[in-house]
Amino acid sequence: MKLAISIAGQSLDSPFDARFGRAESFCLVDTDTGAWTTHANPAQSASGGAGVQAAQFVAKLGAQAVVSGAYGPKAYDTLSAANIQRLLAPGKDACSAADILASFTAGQLIPADGASHGGHHGG
Amino acid sequence: MKQLVILSGKGGTGKTSVTAAFAHLASQGPFADRILLADADVDAANLELVLQPRRLDTRPFSGGQVAVIDADICMTCGDCESVCRFDAIAEMDGRFVVDPIACDGCAACVYQCPAEGIHMEEQTVGEVAVSESRYGPLHHAHLYPGQENSGKLVTQVKERARQQALDESRQLVLVDGPPGIGCPVIAAVSGADLALLVTEPTVSGIHDLRRALQTVQHFGVPALVCINKADVYPKGAQDIEADCLANGINAIGQIPFDLSIASAMVAGEAVTAYRPDAPASLALTALWERVVTCLIAPDATPDT
Amino acid sequence: MRIVVASGKGGTGKTTVATSLARVAAERDRVRFLDCDVEAPNAALFLHPVLDSHREVGIRVPRVDADACTYCGRCAEVCQFNAIAVVGQKTLVFDDLCHGCGSCTWNCPEQAISEQLAVTGVIDSGQTAEGIAFAQGVMNVGQTMGVPILRELKQWTAAPPPVGHDLRGRALEIRDAPPGASCPVVETMRGADFVLLVTEPTPFGLHDLKQVVAIARELGLPAGVVINRDGIGDDAVAAYCAESDLPILLRIPMERRIAEAIASGQPLVEAEPRYRPEFQTLLEHIVAGVNA
Repeated sequence: MKLAISIAGQSLDSPFDARFGRAESFCLVDTDTGAWTTHANPAQSASGGAGVQAAQFVAKLGAQAVVSGAYGPKAYDTLSAANIQRLLAPGKDACSAADILASFTAGQLIPADGASHGGHHGG
Repeated sequence: MKQLVILSGKGGTGKTSVTAAFAHLASQGPFADRILLADADVDAANLELVLQPRRLDTRPFSGGQVAVIDADICMTCGDCESVCRFDAIAEMDGRFVVDPIACDGCAACVYQCPAEGIHMEEQTVGEVAVSESRYGPLHHAHLYPGQENSGKLVTQVKERARQQALDESRQLVLVDGPPGIGCPVIAAVSGADLALLVTEPTVSGIHDLRRALQTVQHFGVPALVCINKADVYPKGAQDIEADCLANGINAIGQIPFDLSIASAMVAGEAVTAYRPDAPASLALTALWERVVTCLIAPDATPDT
Repeated sequence: MRIVVASGKGGTGKTTVATSLARVAAERDRVRFLDCDVEAPNAALFLHPVLDSHREVGIRVPRVDADACTYCGRCAEVCQFNAIAVVGQKTLVFDDLCHGCGSCTWNCPEQAISEQLAVTGVIDSGQTAEGIAFAQGVMNVGQTMGVPILRELKQWTAAPPPVGHDLRGRALEIRDAPPGASCPVVETMRGADFVLLVTEPTPFGLHDLKQVVAIARELGLPAGVVINRDGIGDDAVAAYCAESDLPILLRIPMERRIAEAIASGQPLVEAEPRYRPEFQTLLEHIVAGVNA
């Protein structure tokens, strides 16, 4: 399956970015083959609704699951409407995307069962 | 790390003077060298005037985009003017022009123009800065006059402050908030651990305090109230305290009317540093201790 | 003639000056008063209008007809505010991100989008005992955008006076502006003829005054200054006014008695009738300045 991981950088070794809407980029990994690509997040500098824009972006990338540190309510709803699984990686702030991938393969990531925060405002 | 935001609803009740005094008092107590300041009132940024800090870095802030009409392509059909719901496009001397102040950045005109003669351009609408004040780093910003304060600049100031506080393990971020209850206020309140509402015992102060309290509660942030210039209208001060009691809000104290506050402002100092034994300074010192108690243990009810 | 009372810094006495000016003007002229501080409207506390009309206002947000929608994604593409998301076979609308611009509605190839009012506030209107036509915009708590309410407020038309009512006197509109120097202040000033700037002689008052002066100049509006709480602070405001060609039209000294009266909700000219002639002169200065 295709897994999108929010990262700060351009490779599988880049650090995990705990922000979803304002993540620098996404690492898209095919968990079956290990093949990966990275994609700059167009929502990073959005004036508002970054979560909504980022959610549509990962949906267009064809991701079936996404890993980040937190989801705002609008990002959560949009990902949910797109049938994309929302995963959290608690305590993994200092990890690389490769570490996150390993945790995913080992079944250590937990599903987000709701928005993690009340949403940010204007930025 | 804790975030304390100072708010009021009504403007001019003394938010910035209280913030400056708290910054001074915090720099002397257990928070010494562990506080950081953020001025979230970006269209009337005054904390800098009292603290007179040294600028370390200033960078431009780009806000939303505005529409620009290419006069060479424009066929003067006026479709752009008719779709604009912000009255931002007008015909002047046979040409259509966009008023960048009125433009909301929606791009409706861009999609409507049959000649594809309109594009969007990013605008620099202010600047964001970090300075070193005598009480700790100050994150602040300046929105150029007339620009839209969507809360984005406030969010950026707060985010930069939060980041530095985390990097340097600072324990307290003191946020000087904007007046009102709209976008910038919501951005200032978002993520705060505690809000202190500075009000004044006037019919306007009471009216606006109620709306500000509703806003803070709407976003789930615990609130405390203090009454500035309390002795100017004692009946009003009593009404505020009764109102707070009835609504389960902790009214933690009063500050008397004191011209030392204006003098301290002119001198560019926190009133508690400028005249430590002035009535307002004594009241602020007592108030600060109660705020600290609440910050450390949000459920604790200090003696009032 | 439309007069805006603005300040930059909050709490300098905008409402005090605006309401006293309105009371004095209403003795001879037909006055219409708009409280444009939709986040914290206070003029009614001083003018005591009977507000017998309430109209809900807001912005027009899109509603997508699921039967007609083909999920082409054009609406989400044209929306600059990410207020619409199209994912798979679903279209989501986030009202709190919408600016009500209508772009999605016009660009939908299936005409599947209609608009409905999302209420963000209310316009209350009525009349005072002195015959001042009064309206205020009040933004709902938790809302973010005041400007759409302000636009509606400016378009408010008072009910015509009863037949036989005295129609002499000038038509004056007084707008009480919000604090600050951003969008809502510009919207309040747009279409006005004069800006009366109320400030206090302190560094904060001066700093914020300069911001509003910049807006008035950009809009090409003549302006004058009222110095309130004269005597506190320093002389920097007066010096700035002199070098910037801004006439100081009135000074109101810092007096505890005035502060107490205003705190209790009395208009200045009622608590201190000696200010009546001062406000009459102020009004004539403004009118003469605009007509000059």
